[in-house]
Amino acid sequence: MLTITNLYKTFNPGTINEKIVLNGLELKLEPADFVTIIGGNGAGKSTVLNMIAGVHFPDEGSITLGGVDITKLPEYVRAKYLGRVFQDPMLGTAADMEIEENLALAYRRGKKRGLSWGITKPEKEQYVELLKTLDLGLETRLTSKVGLLSGGQRQALTLLMSTLKNPKLLLLDEHTAALDPKTARKVLELTEQIITKNSLTALMVTHNMKNAIQYGNRLIMMHEGKIIYDVSGEEKKKLQVSDLLEKFENASGGEFANDRMILA
Amino acid sequence: MIIKIATALLLAGVGAVWQGLFWAILAIGVYISFRILDFADMTSEGSFALGGCVSATVIVSWGWNPFLSLLIAVIAGMLSGVVTGLLHTKLKIPAILSGILSMIALYSINLRIMGQANTSLLGEKTVISEIKGLLPAAKDMGIKDSSLQTMVCIGLGLVFALLVIVLLYWFFGTEIGCVLRATGNNEAMVRAQGANTDLMKILGLAIGNGLIGLSGGLVTQSYGYADVTIGVGAIVIGLASIVIGEVVFRKRRSFARKLAAIVCGSVIYRIIIAFVYQLGLNTNDLKLLTAVLVAVALSVPVLKKQKVKVRREV
Repeated sequence: MLTITNLYKTFNPGTINEKIVLNGLELKLEPADFVTIIGGNGAGKSTVLNMIAGVHFPDEGSITLGGVDITKLPEYVRAKYLGRVFQDPMLGTAADMEIEENLALAYRRGKKRGLSWGITKPEKEQYVELLKTLDLGLETRLTSKVGLLSGGQRQALTLLMSTLKNPKLLLLDEHTAALDPKTARKVLELTEQIITKNSLTALMVTHNMKNAIQYGNRLIMMHEGKIIYDVSGEEKKKLQVSDLLEKFENASGGEFANDRMILA
Repeated sequence: MIIKIATALLLAGVGAVWQGLFWAILAIGVYISFRILDFADMTSEGSFALGGCVSATVIVSWGWNPFLSLLIAVIAGMLSGVVTGLLHTKLKIPAILSGILSMIALYSINLRIMGQANTSLLGEKTVISEIKGLLPAAKDMGIKDSSLQTMVCIGLGLVFALLVIVLLYWFFGTEIGCVLRATGNNEAMVRAQGANTDLMKILGLAIGNGLIGLSGGLVTQSYGYADVTIGVGAIVIGLASIVIGEVVFRKRRSFARKLAAIVCGSVIYRIIIAFVYQLGLNTNDLKLLTAVLVAVALSVPVLKKQKVKVRREV
């Protein structure tokens, strides 16, 4: 489904702030893979997602998605293949627009937009049904401004929007990091439910090792712009947080895991 | 004293209404860039004058139909918006500076178009004279010619304002219109949903400045002369109309009503200006007054918030 070959990226090359974020990254995803990505700060987790989404462009290497080389496609063009949920709940939705207007925007992802009405009646009925599946009571608030929703509600809505038109790949960039633990759990459960129901291929960056083990069929650990640990299937199910910490320390040459990961 | 104020109000009111209606289209144009796109677009200063200069020139030099001249004014305004949009999106020049560059360039362009700093439309055909020509003479209706002139202006102003509101209401309800609104709200989201935000910004600026050009053309024709400096302060005048409309007609949620509130805001602004003139304000102080008005109106929400905070802390 997704093939990343030999990806390199350096930020601020030639300055004292030079930072090699991706260092020959290789990654291959099968259809319906649900992969969690962990790693310390600056390991390049978010950068990988941003490269796939087209926010940044690689210095070298290529990205192919479903047989299409998307390495050089502008962000808005490749968006038709991708669903994205950001860390910041404010980023995924338009605050001053209504819930149904936001959904209607997402419903037209990958479609040429013209001068027909931005939202139609049958669509609205469909949105009510979809919002019911979130179980957040949003189905009665179709014309509420999204800015009035809580962070968790907005994130759930973004999740729904990003999967409204089945994406070839769903990118989740620490999408529960800004939520309180209870809401985070709810959004994660929802994420899994949606991914399973639609057999989506997904990449989920997280700081939470427990979540990384609990969700998905494959786990990847990144360090200094490379994948240092890749585990899937039965082996992944048996993983413990302590195993991951050990792996991390070994791979990073004894460097201690940062405190956010331990606390998680 | 009361009689003096009442007379002042009445005198102020009549002329202010039609002026307010013509200037309202400028305010709506500013609303599109400033509020919808979240882009403080200084191009308005130049595109307003441009609309007037182009309109006057094609009427006087080429003898074109005044209504057609308004269409040319719209197209010219749209082009200036496109230039600002390209400077900002393709060349990555900051929004404010892109607008200022266009504004400054337009000053020279406007002088080039007219070949002089101002053009009189005295004795020329204007949209007002054309409409008046269709009606019976003022004498036959038993009213003064100036009254008929005012009535025609108000009628034209209403028709154009209504037309603009209807068109924009339709447009911002379409798929492209929705994307345009979202672009001013959250660019990252719009790109993630597969729309070209650069194109949307250029389109928004084109529409905004097209309307501003139209307003410039209408104001010029109703004043009877075009002047390269007519656009000075246009963006602030537009903002003043917007904030007055928002303050007077609070809680207007539907888009069409918001636009209608701006039109009313523009008329109220003109009434205020005419009123303070009647009370003896020096013409030279007008821009200062407008700037203070806008600064106060824009700071009200901020000050309100701070007041609430202070109360909580106490």
